[in-house]
Amino acid sequence: MTNLKRMLFEQNFDPSLKMTIRGYLTKRRAMAVMIVLSLALVTGSLCALAVGSEHIAAHQIFAALWAKLIGAAPRLSREQEVIIFGLRVPRIALSLGVGSALAIAGAAFQALLRNPLADPYVLGVSGGAALGSIIAIIVASDVSISRPLFGFAGAAIATVIVYRIGRRDEDPAHLVLAGVVMSTFISSVMVLLTVLADNIKLRNITLWLLGDLSSGSIEGLIFVMVAAVVGTIILMTQSRALNLMMIGERDAFALGVETARVRWIVYLTASLLTGAAVAVGGAIGYVGLVVPHLVRLAAGADNRLVIPASGMVGALLVLLADLVARTALAPRELPTGAITALIGAPVFVYLLIRNRR
Amino acid sequence: MNATRMLELRDISFSYQRPVLNGITFDVCAGEIVALLGPNGVGKSTLLSIAQGALKPQSGQVLFNGQSIANFSQREMARRMAIVAQPGVVRFPLTVIEYVLTGRFAHVGALGFDSPRDIEIARKALLDTDALQFAERKFNELSSGERQRVVLARALAQDPQLLLLDEPTANADIAHQISLLAFVRALSREKNLGVLVVTHEINLAAEFADRVAMLKDGRLLACGSPADVMTAELLSELFATRLIVDRHPQSGNPRVSWAMTAREEPPRDSV
Repeated sequence: MTNLKRMLFEQNFDPSLKMTIRGYLTKRRAMAVMIVLSLALVTGSLCALAVGSEHIAAHQIFAALWAKLIGAAPRLSREQEVIIFGLRVPRIALSLGVGSALAIAGAAFQALLRNPLADPYVLGVSGGAALGSIIAIIVASDVSISRPLFGFAGAAIATVIVYRIGRRDEDPAHLVLAGVVMSTFISSVMVLLTVLADNIKLRNITLWLLGDLSSGSIEGLIFVMVAAVVGTIILMTQSRALNLMMIGERDAFALGVETARVRWIVYLTASLLTGAAVAVGGAIGYVGLVVPHLVRLAAGADNRLVIPASGMVGALLVLLADLVARTALAPRELPTGAITALIGAPVFVYLLIRNRR
Repeated sequence: MNATRMLELRDISFSYQRPVLNGITFDVCAGEIVALLGPNGVGKSTLLSIAQGALKPQSGQVLFNGQSIANFSQREMARRMAIVAQPGVVRFPLTVIEYVLTGRFAHVGALGFDSPRDIEIARKALLDTDALQFAERKFNELSSGERQRVVLARALAQDPQLLLLDEPTANADIAHQISLLAFVRALSREKNLGVLVVTHEINLAAEFADRVAMLKDGRLLACGSPADVMTAELLSELFATRLIVDRHPQSGNPRVSWAMTAREEPPRDSV
């Protein structure tokens, strides 16, 4: 702008009237964030496809994917074909599904409970899933289907019980309290159960409790993917109402939100989303806690963006954590949840300190 | 005032463990400011919650423009009346403009983004409450007085016909107390807005309210213009404290002071 133009402009410039206000979510900003995250997710997935015990160059992967897409003859050796499409693709898809489900559930719980440091496990859902899964590991001979099934059933039962105890009034503290009681009760039952398990099963249980994506089945994968998509859609429809709930239920009610309805829709959806993720991938920690918080720091607190963006960042985090888990000490595998905790715990401490200031 | 009755409370009774409200009946008309006075714990906020539909009275009914509010959806209620209460703590990094835009919830769909019109309404509301300069700041970084103005801006963004104010001046300094109430009165006249305000600022109520309703022991002790009902007898009975009423030297409205007993008088040498 030239000086003359600026002078002319400023002459009839009343800052209070002409000031453009930033600081709210526009369609353009939401789109920009989602596009950047999508690109990061695609890049990350391709890296994860290439890296592993058998290294396959990126251009070969592209060629193979393209060939698969148009139905052409495979360009890779049979062995590579199995590694990519039989092992890595499902595992990557599983990490994306589990990561996004946990992070979205975390974002929803934090808004609903009005606590930015709430965790999707805080309401005892993971306890229910863990108990169900452990029963499956101990009882069933083939765990590929029974474990996610039992795990999800456990999560659903725990969810309903906690909700029935804790929904007395609009104070979310009662829900949290009911969840904490549920968790401690279930963990004592689990300790009793592990005494009954033999050594191999005990090792499976321990691995699983830390979050383990290595033993997922196709059924489990489909289950968690469907849950993540349906859950995201349901929570997105409540995202504007959640913006108001985040301020306070009294405020939300006065501003036109049917708070009781939103509360149970969000609570049930987020719980079942957590249950699905835990039942399939184990109790992978810190994703639901840290990811929504990071998204809010970077992109603001509007749930219309926080919920879908958390899904993508959560997917990315678990994808990378799982990549580290299966390559860092290869051929030995680390539990994915141990890696997310290694990353998540310091980040969480940092956020706590930062919050206090 | 011959305006139409907007909010009508008809024989409202309510009890928690013990009875709180016992057959309360009064109205708020369009374009009128009614102040609700009474000692702590007498049920003033409960009455506001009932007027707003957040609590259901055990008996009696609340009418808005002649219709029972029980027939309105929450969304319809929010388009008709806005409540301004003490803002709670917001632990999320919500900006002031985002906070004010939540006032548009009942006017827009549950999905999608705010329209330019919504932004304009929110901006106008912030301008009116002298809060536009911190539109982009985080709500939880504001002082309590600034928050109060932002909460009022959000209520204005709701574009209501009735405003329910629950101690709107509790955190404001005297200058902002006066400017806020003067603004609410101008707004009420200009937009024919009904206002029901719960307050402990007796003298401000005397200046700014068209009518005063006094709540004592679950019943309406008196209801009328400040000049009629804000007498030393009624006010002293209301607050169970000896009060003196004289006239404001400029407006001539009732001015309330506390009648000192010998014990409460300050020692002379300390003044």
